[in-house]
Amino acid sequence: HFGSSVASYFIFLRWMYGINMILFGLTFGLVMVPEALMGKPYGSLPRKTVPRAEEASAMNFATLWDFSGFAQYSVLFYGYYNNQRTIGWLKFRMPLSYFLVGVGTIGYSFMIVIRTMARNANEDGGGDDTSFNFSWKMFTSWDYLIGNPETADNKFASITTSFKEAIVEEQESRKEENIHLTRFLRVLANFLALCTLAGSGYLIFFVVRRSQKFALEGLENYGWWERNEVNMVMSLLGMFCPTLFDVISSLENYHPRIALRWQLGRIFALFLGNLYTFIIALMDEINLKARYLPPFAILEKIVKYNMTIWEASLYNGTIPENSTAPPIQVDPADVPRGPCWETMVGQEFVRLTVSDTMTTYITILIGDFLRAVFVRFFNYCWCWDLEYGFPSYSEFDISGNVLGLIFNQGMIWMGSFYAPCLPAINVFRLHTSMYLQCWAVMCCNVPQERVFKASRSNNFYMAMLLFILFLSTLPAVYTIVSIPPSFDCGPFSGKTRMFEVISETLEHDFPSWFGKVFGYASNPGLILPFILLMVLSIYYLNATSKSYKEANLELKKKLQSVRKRELLI
Amino acid sequence: RLFYRYRDLAPQLVPLDYTDKPNVRLPYELIGSMPELKDNPFRQRIAEVFSEDGDGNMTLDDFLDMFSVLSEMAPRDLKAYYAFKIYDFNNDDYICKSDLEKTVNKLTRNELTPEEVSLVCDKVIYEADVDNDGKLSLEDFQHMIVRAPDFLRYYLIPN
Repeated sequence: HFGSSVASYFIFLRWMYGINMILFGLTFGLVMVPEALMGKPYGSLPRKTVPRAEEASAMNFATLWDFSGFAQYSVLFYGYYNNQRTIGWLKFRMPLSYFLVGVGTIGYSFMIVIRTMARNANEDGGGDDTSFNFSWKMFTSWDYLIGNPETADNKFASITTSFKEAIVEEQESRKEENIHLTRFLRVLANFLALCTLAGSGYLIFFVVRRSQKFALEGLENYGWWERNEVNMVMSLLGMFCPTLFDVISSLENYHPRIALRWQLGRIFALFLGNLYTFIIALMDEINLKARYLPPFAILEKIVKYNMTIWEASLYNGTIPENSTAPPIQVDPADVPRGPCWETMVGQEFVRLTVSDTMTTYITILIGDFLRAVFVRFFNYCWCWDLEYGFPSYSEFDISGNVLGLIFNQGMIWMGSFYAPCLPAINVFRLHTSMYLQCWAVMCCNVPQERVFKASRSNNFYMAMLLFILFLSTLPAVYTIVSIPPSFDCGPFSGKTRMFEVISETLEHDFPSWFGKVFGYASNPGLILPFILLMVLSIYYLNATSKSYKEANLELKKKLQSVRKRELLI
Repeated sequence: RLFYRYRDLAPQLVPLDYTDKPNVRLPYELIGSMPELKDNPFRQRIAEVFSEDGDGNMTLDDFLDMFSVLSEMAPRDLKAYYAFKIYDFNNDDYICKSDLEKTVNKLTRNELTPEEVSLVCDKVIYEADVDNDGKLSLEDFQHMIVRAPDFLRYYLIPN
């Protein structure tokens, strides 16, 4: 009833839910459950206990909502996991499992996105016989088996929508174009869009710089706006620029499906540009501050030194050379802690996801539901007709919702290495938002003015998803390969690099010849020719698939001309 | 079994014994209220096509004809022939533009604007009219409908 493009959004949502279920299964089953069942329990190690200082507030709802306190020191976050090589009677290799699940979730996501793209491309290539489109719609769309009035109503509505879609397609293909005017208008529109993007980027840069200035002067002197300026500006830009793009796109006079793609592309560029400007401005700030803060290595040494001194204080003043004295039992909550940046990063991602979810729900409730209630009930006592003029009922915003979904998934991919609980949270969020949005669409939205048939393949959405997947995995891969893990928390503590767990496993658990073979195979002299071979085979397969498509088209044309000929005979 | 369905529509009119071929015709209102047909927008035309005198009142023979054409066992060409007659509202053996307009309006319950209806009808004539006389003859219709993938699936009332 709402048209196939709205339906395609929900199909996309359902597919994402399937992926998230699998990611959830992997992280839950292979990381969280083994640690919860077989690892050392809460309170046995310093990294697993809430520090004494925070204990008083650890159970408060506010702390838990912020994911500190007890939530932080649990299987939900990276910091809880112990670096023992094997745990429990099953000799489950926890660090190896953590690493492999992290890499595996990313690998699986890549595979499934590309597989879906390939499958969609195949369907598209088949195509259908459109020579009798309208005739078939007219004479064969009624289902004679329908026996109840509700189904009949739905069928009437869907037939009407299907006719309208076909009419729009026909009108678009018949439009006479004044080529020069159209081209000029399109260039103008793109120019305006670029100006908007540049303007928003500059605004963010300016605002972040201002907030640095405020921070230097002490935040207490400024009101609520100055403190939250950066967040507010980013949210406001995110709300108003898409509407601006919508207005600009009316200049361009494209087919609605193509206009939607341009709109999506522009909003995508807007969000990316904002994000990058934000990060760059932050980096500037951090670099500024870093001159005054010691880097992590020195911080580590400081904390270790503090710990030895503190231990010594337990032995009443003497610092023993070899600790032959019996170890004194200390409550883990009292042990001083080192910094744990992975858990902090994980917490940030979780907070971001939760606040994003809240924003979406509130927007739906206020923007759609309250607006519909207002229009319906105040229409009687208002000067102009609320239902047809402003504000009227809202239409379902496909581009906004699709992008929200894709960016949200990007956050999950980025953060799930540091916070294994993220896929679980996302599954819950998708589940509830599926039903909430479905209800909102049926009850508060009206079908769009011009319905258009969504492209049969969702390849455009998939391509964006692939791009975001690639971008999100870059930070995680970078940290795995070049940053040393925190020495005091997580399954990789004590190692110089996270991927060392693989070489350790090869040494201990596999026969020695395996290690040798692996060593030979990872020689760059072997890997580079292999990469070259893959590139060449990609090129070859691409060329053959193009030639098959052309042969297919030729055959179709021949078939049509043969049919026409046999009718006239 | 179909005979009992026919009889159940009006037990007082239809005798159980048909050996002396009584001339019993059930009025259209009873036929149109059958569960298989009551939601169908073309039920009036279906009844008219299968009834002897073209006004929708059906004898038992007409009733049986109707269900046999709409069943799974009827051949495609037979179904196409009767479908043509159903969509030919003015019974002139051609589906002309006004017939098409009536069909579209019945299918969409008059929700399309007149311009849209006209566009759809023009497109249908453009697509299916091979002999270029501005209306669809039986041959044009059959040529178009036998290739439709959904024709057999939807144009069916199983017994």
